[in-house]
Amino acid sequence: MNPFTLVRLPTLDAARERVSAEPQRRTFRAGGIDLLDRMKEGLDAPDELIELHAIAGEHGARMRGIAATEDGGWRIGALVTLGQLAGYDDLPPAYGAIKDAAGNAATPSIRNGATVGGNLLQRPRCWYFRHSDLLCLKKGGYECLAVSGDNRFNAILGGGPSFIVHPSSLGSAVVALDAKVTIAGESGLRTIPADQLFAPPTVDPTREHTLAPGEVLVSVDLPPALPGQRSAYHFAKEKQSQDWPLAEASVRCTVEGGVIQDLRVALGHVAPIPWRSKEAEDVLEGAAPSAEVFAKAAQAALSVAEPLEGNAYKVPLAQGVLRYALHFATSTPLPA
Amino acid sequence: MSGPSPASAPDAILLRTSINGDAVSVAVEPHHTLLEVLRYQLDLIGSKQGCDKGDCGACTVQIDGKPALACLTLAVHAEGRAVTTVEGLGDAHGGCHPLQDAFDRHDAAQCGFCTPGILMSADSLLRRNPRPVSRDEVREALAGNLCRCTGYTKILDAVVDASEVMHGHGSDDAKKEVAQ
Repeated sequence: MNPFTLVRLPTLDAARERVSAEPQRRTFRAGGIDLLDRMKEGLDAPDELIELHAIAGEHGARMRGIAATEDGGWRIGALVTLGQLAGYDDLPPAYGAIKDAAGNAATPSIRNGATVGGNLLQRPRCWYFRHSDLLCLKKGGYECLAVSGDNRFNAILGGGPSFIVHPSSLGSAVVALDAKVTIAGESGLRTIPADQLFAPPTVDPTREHTLAPGEVLVSVDLPPALPGQRSAYHFAKEKQSQDWPLAEASVRCTVEGGVIQDLRVALGHVAPIPWRSKEAEDVLEGAAPSAEVFAKAAQAALSVAEPLEGNAYKVPLAQGVLRYALHFATSTPLPA
Repeated sequence: MSGPSPASAPDAILLRTSINGDAVSVAVEPHHTLLEVLRYQLDLIGSKQGCDKGDCGACTVQIDGKPALACLTLAVHAEGRAVTTVEGLGDAHGGCHPLQDAFDRHDAAQCGFCTPGILMSADSLLRRNPRPVSRDEVREALAGNLCRCTGYTKILDAVVDASEVMHGHGSDDAKKEVAQ
């Protein structure tokens, strides 16, 4: 790992301005799990790390805390660890998808260091991107090496031109829960829908988010739960533990008068962004929950998939994962 | 595997922390990990440098009682915190921890490279759950610790057994051995 200087600044503005001034050689550090991994691999070599943990005052407290908000929602600070979120018993079950996603990411030791903000903003795990000797589209090269290479873990949705899968397990949950994110920028704090945080590769294949250089993710803001709101998260991995998901699904809904309402469906690890599935939502909104309609919705969700040579297995896998999540969210018994 | 030389650059930071209950002050460079400082500056070589990127868990220590990967933790992060390494697991008189006894009884270590990290993850589980623990709980707690020798079965047996010995439900053999 390259030597660097650690900079601790007590205010969010000072930290932000420090990175904005020279974003090529300065970067923020939160949990540092992905950052140190990339630095050890030689993918990044910043001269200065600006410690987000040093931010004090009101902004620091907001970034480190989980709290109910005045409007009845919940705010999860970007510096909250995945372990803290997964173990936070006061968060109402309506938001269960995000707690389950946090609790199933990585390993217990990593969850004790990795932060919510870092999880949402980590770089992709594609082995071509992670190989320091390879220049792929994401690193300024001419092509996505996964297209003609070993693409078993790559995207089946989105159509490129980069076929990474977004690495955040919280990603599908924040999109399904209709969360917003608060960002600190040059003109103060602004709040945007969470799905606008993620950038598809058609915009700029070298980045996965829409933050400007020097901007800081401050918190994830969960809207007030709808009356009777339920949510669920499910995943499939090659190994039971310490593995990246092959497919994930997060679902939020209410079930009123025997029919599904207010449904949001998002898939993870199948596209370069957390993938909202309007196709599944269209099938399910207003339908009575049943194994049959869930199978139909899962089929619709993946009807737009365009698998690469080595990852067609992810189509039925993602369908299955989504069906499980729909069963769990609506408390519909699994078929025998 | 060679480690970095002791900190001497002008960037060195004075780290004040607690390691295995002892107050420690040591000059560290900003880019040195906690693992590098433990092993190459403080000579605490129980924590192992395996993959050095968060995949294997051989470097697992506890920070304020929670398992943490020393290879992905900057040393400066330990400022003002309590770090426990495998060297701090036994009692003050050099006696073994019940987990270490159970690993011995069950032959739960072969090459032993992963053992310090596994012990620290398991100890954190048993501290959080002062009662006999289930195999599923142990599986979850050790999810980040790779072992390429044992196949895990004996490790799971040992941790469950240790929790039972510590809370009065252990096997007769184990109790006898602990009593001796």
